[in-house]
Amino acid sequence: MSPSLRDRILRLSLGATAILSGSVILAVIVFLFREALPALTSGKLSHFFTDLRWQPGSERDPQFGLTPMLLASLLVTVLATIIAIPIGVGGAIFQQFYAPASLGKFHDRLLELLAGVPSVIFGFWGLTVLVPVINRWQPPGQSLLAAGLVLALMILPTVGLTARSAIRSLEPGLLQGAAALGMGRPATILRIIIPAARQGIGAGCLLAIARALGETLAVVMVCGNIAQIPHSLFDPVRPITSTIALEMGYASSDHRALLYAAGLILVILTGTLVASQAFRKSRLTPGQAG
Amino acid sequence: MRSGKISDILLGALCSIAALTGIGALIWIVTDLIQLGLPHLSPGFFTEEVTESGRGGGIGPILASTALILLSCLTLAVPIGVGSALWFAEMITEKSRTGKLLTASIDLLASVPSIVFGLFGMVFFCQVLGLGFSILAGGLTLACMVLPIVIRTTISAMRAIPQDLRPAAAALGLSRTTTLGKILLPRALPGILVGVTISVARALSETAALIFTSGYATRWPGSLNDSGRAVSVHIYDLAMNIPNGAGRASASALVLLTLILIINLTASFLSDRWFARQSATHPAING
Repeated sequence: MSPSLRDRILRLSLGATAILSGSVILAVIVFLFREALPALTSGKLSHFFTDLRWQPGSERDPQFGLTPMLLASLLVTVLATIIAIPIGVGGAIFQQFYAPASLGKFHDRLLELLAGVPSVIFGFWGLTVLVPVINRWQPPGQSLLAAGLVLALMILPTVGLTARSAIRSLEPGLLQGAAALGMGRPATILRIIIPAARQGIGAGCLLAIARALGETLAVVMVCGNIAQIPHSLFDPVRPITSTIALEMGYASSDHRALLYAAGLILVILTGTLVASQAFRKSRLTPGQAG
Repeated sequence: MRSGKISDILLGALCSIAALTGIGALIWIVTDLIQLGLPHLSPGFFTEEVTESGRGGGIGPILASTALILLSCLTLAVPIGVGSALWFAEMITEKSRTGKLLTASIDLLASVPSIVFGLFGMVFFCQVLGLGFSILAGGLTLACMVLPIVIRTTISAMRAIPQDLRPAAAALGLSRTTTLGKILLPRALPGILVGVTISVARALSETAALIFTSGYATRWPGSLNDSGRAVSVHIYDLAMNIPNGAGRASASALVLLTLILIINLTASFLSDRWFARQSATHPAING
């Protein structure tokens, strides 16, 4: 075989794998859409937002109100983000400005290990350790709060590690300039470093939000799984992901199609978050990125 | 001056508390799991069959199913992922439109929640391709999920190779195939291995995508077409559906966590060493 022919074959076969990789997301969307289609065409989708309750299995009065679940997903995500952002960013500042080098490195390594802990283990730990603690305080324990706390732990490394790299990639000149102006450490951090790194920190937060929104296992084990609009932090809730995980096993016909439609909504939400991120990045000129 | 000092101490204290919370959480989880799980661990736990729907016996068949799921995942994801990354990094220019399309689709794929991969796998692999609830269907679903990891790490491994090797190889009259196979790939291999290691950890951690694709069976798997339960699914099932299953669940969780910590430590050790060597032999690429 001549070298140029071999090169051509190589090029073609590598191109074929690339086409295959690129089409996976297309297949995911197409098949979700195909399975959700009965729900989309029969007008059942409007039930998502008009029905008050979720009782898809009921013979007499099936109701498909997704609002409590959508709200639960949003609340759990917001709660987790509110907890994780100050802790993550604070930890990154500690690591970069206050900790001795060895301690900072140790902190980083542990955060990386935390990032690797499987979601099912977070969920299991939440169920066996955290939920009983909350239960003693405010029963039943499986609640919006428990889900928010477990999720916050889960996304903490995402926030912390991206904040750290955002701070680390800043120009050293910024720090020298602040020192030359006679600014103290707290002023430098709060007035110079955080504003300068906010793009990177924001990117990490968006990633964390997308992750929290799509998380299933850590949430399904601790949230209590009651489809209702919560009135307090201690009420059980049931996010969209939990609903899919709990009901997919036995769902059929309309019910099944609606679960696929719920999956489609999830993909649209997380996809939009990621796409908005890419859009923001593309609008930055290279000079601004630091 | 005094107020500056006080605010410095205050900010330092707040940030230390934040850092301690993160570290403390990991330590809390790990010590709890050791306390709960260790009493249930024995050498037999790793080989014995599952009895009393998980309340007794070990997790032998479950470890076997997990290994087979991983194997089928990697068999698909590694060649396709590495191939795509090589095409992206070596065959097209940076401004190429198809290249941008590939990056965008991989970014989107990486954002898909794992439960949605479960939904997709259940229709596509189990029903359309007719694989049923099987180890193979679960492995292929996971392959779609880890594909972005393999592609991204391979691309950065290829980018880390000094650029001047390529024109140098071309000047020597080497074909693209030879340059890629004999010069570039061997140099990028450790970097690609890091990506594969991270993918293994990611696949081991996954539960939601497997519940509806590889199923719940606790028998010893006879072939890739059998249904088989992964360790993560086992923990979920024991904790949620089996009364008094928490003991064995903690032991399984301890096993899974240990495996993943070892794999992640290996990956970061490998990548530290590899990137250190790349920049040591070619100081220019840092400049």
